[in-house]
Amino acid sequence: MGVEIKVEKINAWYGKTQALFDIDLDVLANHATALIGPSGCGKSTFIRCLNRMHETLPGARVTGRVQIGDLDIYKGTSATQLRRRVGMVFQKPNPFPSMSIYDNVAAGLKLNGFSNRKQTDEIVETALKSSALWDEVKDSLHKQSGASLSGGQQQRLCIARALAVQPEVLLMDEPCSALDPISTGKVEELIFQLKSKYTIVIVTHNMQQAGRVAEFTGFFLLGRMIEFDKTERIFTNPSDKRTEDYVTGRFG
Amino acid sequence: MPNSVRVLQISLRRRVMDRFMTALAALTVLLVLLPLGAIFAYLLYRGFGSISWAFLTQIPKPVGEAGGGMANGIVGTVLILGIASVMGVPLGIGAGIYLSEYGQNRFGDLVRFVADVMNGVPSIVIGIVAYGLVVLRQKHFSAIAGGVALAIMMVPTITRTTEQMLLLVPHALREAAYGLGVPRWRTTLSITLRTATSGVVTGIMLAFARVAGETAPLLFTAFGNQFWNLHANQPTAALSLQIFNYAISPFDEWHRQAWAGALVLIVLIVAAVSAVRIAVSRGTLAGVR
Repeated sequence: MGVEIKVEKINAWYGKTQALFDIDLDVLANHATALIGPSGCGKSTFIRCLNRMHETLPGARVTGRVQIGDLDIYKGTSATQLRRRVGMVFQKPNPFPSMSIYDNVAAGLKLNGFSNRKQTDEIVETALKSSALWDEVKDSLHKQSGASLSGGQQQRLCIARALAVQPEVLLMDEPCSALDPISTGKVEELIFQLKSKYTIVIVTHNMQQAGRVAEFTGFFLLGRMIEFDKTERIFTNPSDKRTEDYVTGRFG
Repeated sequence: MPNSVRVLQISLRRRVMDRFMTALAALTVLLVLLPLGAIFAYLLYRGFGSISWAFLTQIPKPVGEAGGGMANGIVGTVLILGIASVMGVPLGIGAGIYLSEYGQNRFGDLVRFVADVMNGVPSIVIGIVAYGLVVLRQKHFSAIAGGVALAIMMVPTITRTTEQMLLLVPHALREAAYGLGVPRWRTTLSITLRTATSGVVTGIMLAFARVAGETAPLLFTAFGNQFWNLHANQPTAALSLQIFNYAISPFDEWHRQAWAGALVLIVLIVAAVSAVRIAVSRGTLAGVR
C-alpha cells in the first residue's frame, strides 16, 4: 500500500496562539487513520489543514508541507481545486436546508459547474447507495428537504454529498458525536466499507470507535502528535506514558 | 394541610396565571392589529363608493366636471416603484452581502453607520437630494427622478436586513460548501443568500411598502401629471401625489376621489407584497416538510 498523505512539519496558528507544533504523519491509502486526544489538543485543527479549511478562519495561518497523492497542497494548487479531491464530513450534520435531498447530494457537482443531468442522476444514486441512505430516501429525493431527515440520516446525507464529488480522501471530524448509538453504528459500518475506495482520516473522541474502524491511530496532546502506530498497539502496548494514561482513562 | 392539596393549589394558581398571560399576549396582538383594521375599514367606508371602472381607467377631468379617475396615477405609481426597485434592490442586497461576508472591518462599520443614519433622514430631504442629483441636471421632472428618490430610501433598509439575515445563516453551511470545493463567491450566492431568501425578501418588502406611499420625495421629483404619461423621463403622476392634491382641494368630488385613491394604493401594496410572498414560498423548499 502506498502513502496517500504525507505531512511534514505542519505548524498552525489561530492569531498569535500556536495550535499545532511540527506534526509529521504518513497516511496509507485505502486505510482508515484515527486521531484521538483530549478536547483542544489540535486534532480537528490538524485535519482542517489537510483540505486547507483552517486558513478560511480570520487570523489563521499554516506552515509546513502536505503532499496528497501527487499534489503539494500548499504550493501546486488552489484551495477549491484541492477540496474537490479531499472531501470533508463535519461534526454536526450540516445539510443545506433550502435544498431537497437530491440537490444536497448534487450540490458539489452543480455548484462547481457540472450540468450533465443523466450523469448527475447516476452519481447521486451511487453516492446515496454508498452512504447506505438510498433505500430510506429514494421515494422522496425531490420532495423532501435535506433538513427534514433525522440526525443520523442527515449525517449519512452529508457523507453522500462529500462522496458525490468523487474525492480520493475523506476527512471526518467527529462524524458521530451528534448521533445516537444506532446511527453511530450505521456510520461506522459505512466507514468500514468506504475504506476500500477512499483514504479516510477520522477524528474521534470515542476510543472504542477508533478501535473499531481504524487500522492506524495517532494520539494528540497539546498540539503535538505524541504517538502514531497501529491502532492495536496504541491501545494495548503504547510506547509513551502519556498515551497509556489517556487510553486507560487516567486523564482527558 | 395534606401535601396533595398544596400541589393542587399551586397548580391552580399557575393555571390561572398561565391563562392570564396568554390573554394578555392575545390582547397586545389585537391592539397592534386594531389600527390596521381601523384604517382599512375606514378607507373602505369612505372610498369604496367612489371606485368605479371609470375611476380605474380614466384620467382626471377638469375641475367642475364630474367623473374622471386616477388611472394615470396608478400606472405612474407602478412605474416609479418599478424604477426604484430596479435600482434599490440590487444595490441594497449587494451592500448587505458585503457587510455580512466581507465587512468585518472599519469600512464595514462606516457603511453600517451611514445606513442607519440614512434610515432616519426625513423623506422630504431625500426628495431634495434626488432633485439636486437628477432634476436640476435634466432641467425637468421625471419618473426617473422619483424612482431615484425612493431607491435612496429603500437601500439602507434592504442593506441592513439583508446583512442580518445572512449573518443568521450558520457558518457550518458555508464550511460545508467550501468543503465541496465551491468557491467563496459561489457559496455566498448559492448557499448563504439562498438559505436566507425568505428573510431577505421580507426586508425588500418592508422597504417597498414603506416607500410605496411616500409623497414628500415625489413632490419635486416625479412632480405629478394630469395626463397620461408612460415615458420614464417625463413628469409622472403618482397615486400618493394625487391623493395629496385632491385632499387639500376645496371640492367634495375630489375629496371622495382622494379616499378612493388611498384605498386603491393600499390594495396595490397588499397585492404586491402577497404576490411576492407566494412566489417565494413556491420557489423554495422552505415550505416542504
